[in-house]
Amino acid sequence: MTSVIITVNDKRPVNLDIGSIDLPITAHASILHRVTGVLLVAGVALLLWLLDASLASEESFNAIASASDSFFCKLALWGVLSILIYHSVAGVKHLLMDLGVGETLEGGVLGAKLVFLVSAVLIVLVGAFIW
Amino acid sequence: MVTSVTNLGRSGLSDWLIQRVTGVILLAYFIFIAVVVFGCGPDYAEWKALFSNACVRIFSLAAILSIGMHAWIGLWSVSTDYLTRYTLTLKLGPAVGDKANMLRWLFQAASAVCLFTYVVWGIQILWG
Repeated sequence: MTSVIITVNDKRPVNLDIGSIDLPITAHASILHRVTGVLLVAGVALLLWLLDASLASEESFNAIASASDSFFCKLALWGVLSILIYHSVAGVKHLLMDLGVGETLEGGVLGAKLVFLVSAVLIVLVGAFIW
Repeated sequence: MVTSVTNLGRSGLSDWLIQRVTGVILLAYFIFIAVVVFGCGPDYAEWKALFSNACVRIFSLAAILSIGMHAWIGLWSVSTDYLTRYTLTLKLGPAVGDKANMLRWLFQAASAVCLFTYVVWGIQILWG
């Protein structure tokens, strides 16, 4: 058992160990939004590199076009785009909730389910485009 | 009210708004690029011409700057939530927890360097 120093109010019941809590679907949607956001910081490097190489010269543009025929390049691109799609769809849900749409408990659960559903459909569609 | 010196807008409400505005810009930009790439399938000459267009360059610059701000607010939120004395002590023990402030500062400094590099790189791609 690790002891934690809490300076504000030692008697306050605190459980911030979210791994020990049975989380609702809204929490999973929220955590995945955070995880995909952090992953995108690395994903942006790949996208910027692609943009850089695609504009540098006709040779490098064609090199990317032919490299993107390989399975692993397609998989890497699909991976980054999937992360981007989930993060974007979850972001749109935030914008809708800011406008007052689906702010109830039921609305929040439905919103989280829709985020997973819409992302899955878009990810499959983009995968079909890539292959 | 305690004012943090590391969050972008110096207030939660400001960060909230910046996160939404930059998010909308990035969403519009990614849809635009997706339509061009998947819808038109441009060759090199068309692709090069597209990024020579002043409007596309300005839109791209807005997207690059948005990535910098949006990612900073996101990484700041995540790091101030999880890289804390409480969380690190709970997960990794007091030896790590005691260094939480330094670890969080290092993470934020590395994030700032990374995002600044992205912005400079993006500008270089557009006007290099």
